[in-house]
Amino acid sequence: MSTHHFTRQGPHRWRRLLRRTTAPAAAGTALTLLLAACGGAGGGGGGGESDAEFNEGETTIVNPSDETGGTLRYAIAADFDSPDPGNTYYAFSWNFSRYYARTLLTYTEAPGEQGIELRPDLAEEMPQGNDDSTEWTVRIKQGLRYEDGTEITAQDIKYAIARSNFGDRALPNGPKYFQDLLANSDDYEGPYADGGDPLEGFDGIETPDDHTLVFHLNTSFSEFPYLLIQPQTAPVPADADRGEQYQSHVISSGPYKFDGEYRPGVSLNLVRNEEWDASSDPTRRALPDRVEVQLGVDQNEIDQRLVNGELDVDLGGAGVGPAMRGTLIADEGQRHNVDNPQGNTLRYLNVNTVVEPLDDLACRQAILYAADRDALQRAWGGDTGGDIATQIMPGALPGADPSIDPYPSEDGRGDLEMAQEKLEECGEPDGFSTSIGARADRPSDVSTAEALQQALARVNIETQIKQYPSDTYTNTQAGSPDFVHENDLGLTVYGWAPDWASGYGFMSKILDGDAIQDAGNSNISELDDDQINEWFDEVVAVEDEEERAQIYQRIDERAMEQAAILPAVFERTVLYRPTNLTNVYYHAGYSMYDYMALGTTRE
Amino acid sequence: MTTPMDVPESSQHADPEAVTAGAENAAGRSLRQIAWQRFRRDKVGMAGGIVVLFLILVALCAPLLTTWFGQPPNQFDQRLIDPLTGGVLRDPDDTSRGLDPWGGISAQHLLGVEPVNGRDLFSRIVHGARTSLLVATVATLVCVLIGTVLGVLAGYFGGWVDTVIGRAMDIFLAFPLLLFAIALVGVIPDGAFGLEGNNLRIGVLVFIIGFFNWPYIGRIVRGQTLTLKEREFVEASRSLGASSGHIVFREILPNLITPILVYSTLLIPTNILFEAALSFLGVGINPPMATWGGMLENALRFYTIAPHFVLIPGLAIFITVLAFNLFGDGLRDAFDPRSSD
Repeated sequence: MSTHHFTRQGPHRWRRLLRRTTAPAAAGTALTLLLAACGGAGGGGGGGESDAEFNEGETTIVNPSDETGGTLRYAIAADFDSPDPGNTYYAFSWNFSRYYARTLLTYTEAPGEQGIELRPDLAEEMPQGNDDSTEWTVRIKQGLRYEDGTEITAQDIKYAIARSNFGDRALPNGPKYFQDLLANSDDYEGPYADGGDPLEGFDGIETPDDHTLVFHLNTSFSEFPYLLIQPQTAPVPADADRGEQYQSHVISSGPYKFDGEYRPGVSLNLVRNEEWDASSDPTRRALPDRVEVQLGVDQNEIDQRLVNGELDVDLGGAGVGPAMRGTLIADEGQRHNVDNPQGNTLRYLNVNTVVEPLDDLACRQAILYAADRDALQRAWGGDTGGDIATQIMPGALPGADPSIDPYPSEDGRGDLEMAQEKLEECGEPDGFSTSIGARADRPSDVSTAEALQQALARVNIETQIKQYPSDTYTNTQAGSPDFVHENDLGLTVYGWAPDWASGYGFMSKILDGDAIQDAGNSNISELDDDQINEWFDEVVAVEDEEERAQIYQRIDERAMEQAAILPAVFERTVLYRPTNLTNVYYHAGYSMYDYMALGTTRE
Repeated sequence: MTTPMDVPESSQHADPEAVTAGAENAAGRSLRQIAWQRFRRDKVGMAGGIVVLFLILVALCAPLLTTWFGQPPNQFDQRLIDPLTGGVLRDPDDTSRGLDPWGGISAQHLLGVEPVNGRDLFSRIVHGARTSLLVATVATLVCVLIGTVLGVLAGYFGGWVDTVIGRAMDIFLAFPLLLFAIALVGVIPDGAFGLEGNNLRIGVLVFIIGFFNWPYIGRIVRGQTLTLKEREFVEASRSLGASSGHIVFREILPNLITPILVYSTLLIPTNILFEAALSFLGVGINPPMATWGGMLENALRFYTIAPHFVLIPGLAIFITVLAFNLFGDGLRDAFDPRSSD
C-alpha cells in the first residue's frame, strides 16, 4: 500500500507556520524586555464600538455587509513561501491566493462545519468518479477569462498540475499528491525538461476538449476531490510561465490581480481584475477595491497596529503573539473584539510503541492513565489556548467523536489507581524510566513536557526531558525512528494539522503503519497495527462519505485504545477582529478568517 | 637548585622606601599585600567582590536554602495560577479578584511564582545560580588552561610556533560560535563520552564556551610573555644556562599569575552571559533544571501579565555580571594601577 507515501516534501510548512518562533540573541533582549516590562502594555486606543461578542466569529459571520470599496490592509511577520499558487504550502497562502487564483473546487463560504464542504469553483459541478474511484472527470465553466482577456482552458490546468508536481525541476514548495497518485506518468519529466511539447508523456490527465479534464489514478482514492482545492489546480497559461519567477506576476483568474510591483519580503499589492465574472464565482465577495500586504513586520508591531486600527488582518492567521494574548484576554474592554476559535491542530505526545518498555501496551496505557490533562491544557494556555482532547480527530472533521475517552479521570487530573494497575500488568510495578523529546524553541512544547513529567512522577514513571531545535526536530530527531530508539525517546511532543479536512487527511500520516519512514517520519509512535492499516487501505475505496466517517471514527478509537497517542489539546487561537472589518468569520478549512469574504468600512 | 636570580619573589618588588624606614619593614611588602591594600580602598571593587562571594555562597547552599524555605525548585503548584491567562492569582481561593501584579510575592514565595505551573521563583533563581556559576567557572578554567599553555608557547618560542598558534587563535575567534553550539547540541547523541542528560549538556556547554574562548586569554598571555622574556632576570637566567622549562615555569609563569587571575575574573561574566544566551536559545540545560537564561526565555511569553517573571532572572543575570565585572576591574586596578590611567 505504497500509495500512502504521498508527500516527498519533508514535514509540512503548512504546520510549521502555525507556530511562530522567537529566538533573538539573549543579552540585548534582556535589557529591552526589562524596559518593555516596565513601560507596561496598556490597552490599545482603537478599540471602537461594536455589538459583537467574544468569539462570535467562530460560529457566525460578524458585521455582515455588501458594501464595496476601500483598501484591505494585511501584514505578516514572515513571508510567502511563494505567492505562486503552484509553489506554496502555507495555509495562509492557500487562503490568500484565492484572490487571484481560482481552483477547480473550493471550500464553502460558511462558519462551522459547513465551511469544509467542497463546492465547484472553476468546475461546472462536483467531479464524477468511476465505480472504483480511479478515474475522475471534471468539466470547467465556459467563458472564464484571465486578466488579459484570454480564455481559461482545461489544458492550462493540466499544465499547472504538471509544473508543480512532475520532474526534477518541479516547483519545490507545494505537496506532491498528484505525482504520487496519477497513473501513466512515471516517465514524465515535467514541463521544464528540455525540448518539445511540455506536456508530452503526461498521460495521467486527459483533456478531450478545452473544458474537460479526466484524471486517471493508479489506485482507488475516494477523497480525490479534496486534492482539487489545492492552489496547484489554478490555471497557468504555459507561455506566461517562468518557473519559480512566475511569482513576480501571477496571471490572475480571480477578482484581483498583481499591481505589477511585487517585492518579495516587502510588499504585495492587488488591484481589481476587470475580466473576472462575479456571477461565475460562488465564494468570492471581492468587496475591497484594493488589497495591500506588508511582509516581514515584527509580530508585536502587527498586534499593536491591529489593536490601534492601523491594520486590518494578520495574514499569518496564527493569532496574536503571546504577549498581546494575555493583554487581550484580561482586558474587558477588548474582549468583544477577540475571537478564540478551535482550529484543526491537535497538540499531542507520541507514545512510541517500539522503545522498551513502551512496546508493552499496558505500559503505554499506564502513561495515558497517569497523564494530567488539566496540566497539559494549562501548558497550552488554558481554556483560551485549547480544549482538552480525549480523542485524536479535531471536532470539525467528519467522524470526530468527543465521547471517545478510554482513559477518563476526575477533573482530567489522571487516574493513578488505574495507572498503577496497568504498571503491574506490564511487569513494571515500581515504574520505569523514559525520555520526553520537545522542541527547545517552542515554550509551549517545553511546558507540556514539564507538566507531563510531573504527572508521571506520581506513579514513579521517571522521565528525562530532551530538547532539540525545531528546524531539525521533525526530520532528523523525532522524525527518525533510529534516533528515537537510540535516545530512548518514548514520548515526543508534537502537533498536527490536516492537509485537507477529513479523517484521511488528518490521520493517515500519523497512524498508518505504511507511513513509517526513515527520516521525516510523522508516524512517530511507529504504530503498525494490522487492523488500523487495513482500515486505511479499505477507506480509500469507499464512496459514501458517511461510511468513511464511521471508519475514521473506528481508527481514532482503536488508536486511542492502543495508546499510541496522548492527545493534549485541540488548539485555539486568539484572533483580533478590528471593528472596521466586515463579514468576519473563522473558516474551519483554513483555520483562520476567510479572506475572500472580508470587506472594510474604512475609506 | 639555586641560581643567583632565584631570589624570593618579594624582594624583587621590595618598596625602596622600606629599606630606609628601618629594620621593622625590612621584609617589605609583597605585590600581593600592596594590591590587597589598594583593593581595600576601592569601594566599588570591594562591593563587587562581596556580591560575588555572596553568590558563590548562595549557589553552594542552594539545596539547603530551598529545604529551609520548603519550596523545591521543580514542584508545581497550579492552585495559585489563573487557568485562563496563566498569570498568578491575587487570591487562589477567589479567581474573581484577578491577577496579582507582584506575581505572588509573599512570605512563602519570596520572589513570587512562575506563571502557568506555579513553581517557586526564589528556589529556581537560587538553583539557577548553581548552574550559571558552575558552567561559567569550569568553562573559564578550561579557557585559562588552554589559553595559558598556548599563549606562553607562542610568546616564548616565537617563530613558526607563534605563527601557527596565532593563526589558530584567529580561526577560533572568527568561528560562528553560537551557530556551532546550536548545531552541536542537536548532533551529539545522548550517552556520548559516558555522560547522560544534563551532565552531558553541562559538559557540552563547558566544552563549547571553554574551547572557543581561550584565544582571549591566549593573546594576553602571549603579549605578557613577549615582554617578560626580554626582561633582565630572564636574560640573566638564560645566560646562566637555565633550561627553557626552568625559565617558563620558574621565571615567566609566576609573573603571569596576576594578569591571568584578573582576566579570568573578567571572563566569568562573559561566560555567564554566554550560558544564559544558549539556555535562552534552548540549546542549554534541559528542563526542568533551572537556568537563568531558560527562565528568561520562558518569561518572554508572559511579560504583559507577569512582569516579575522577566525582571527577576533578568536582574539576577545583570547583578551577577556587574558584580564580576566590578570585582575584576578592581583586581586589575589593584595589581596594575597604570592600566587604569
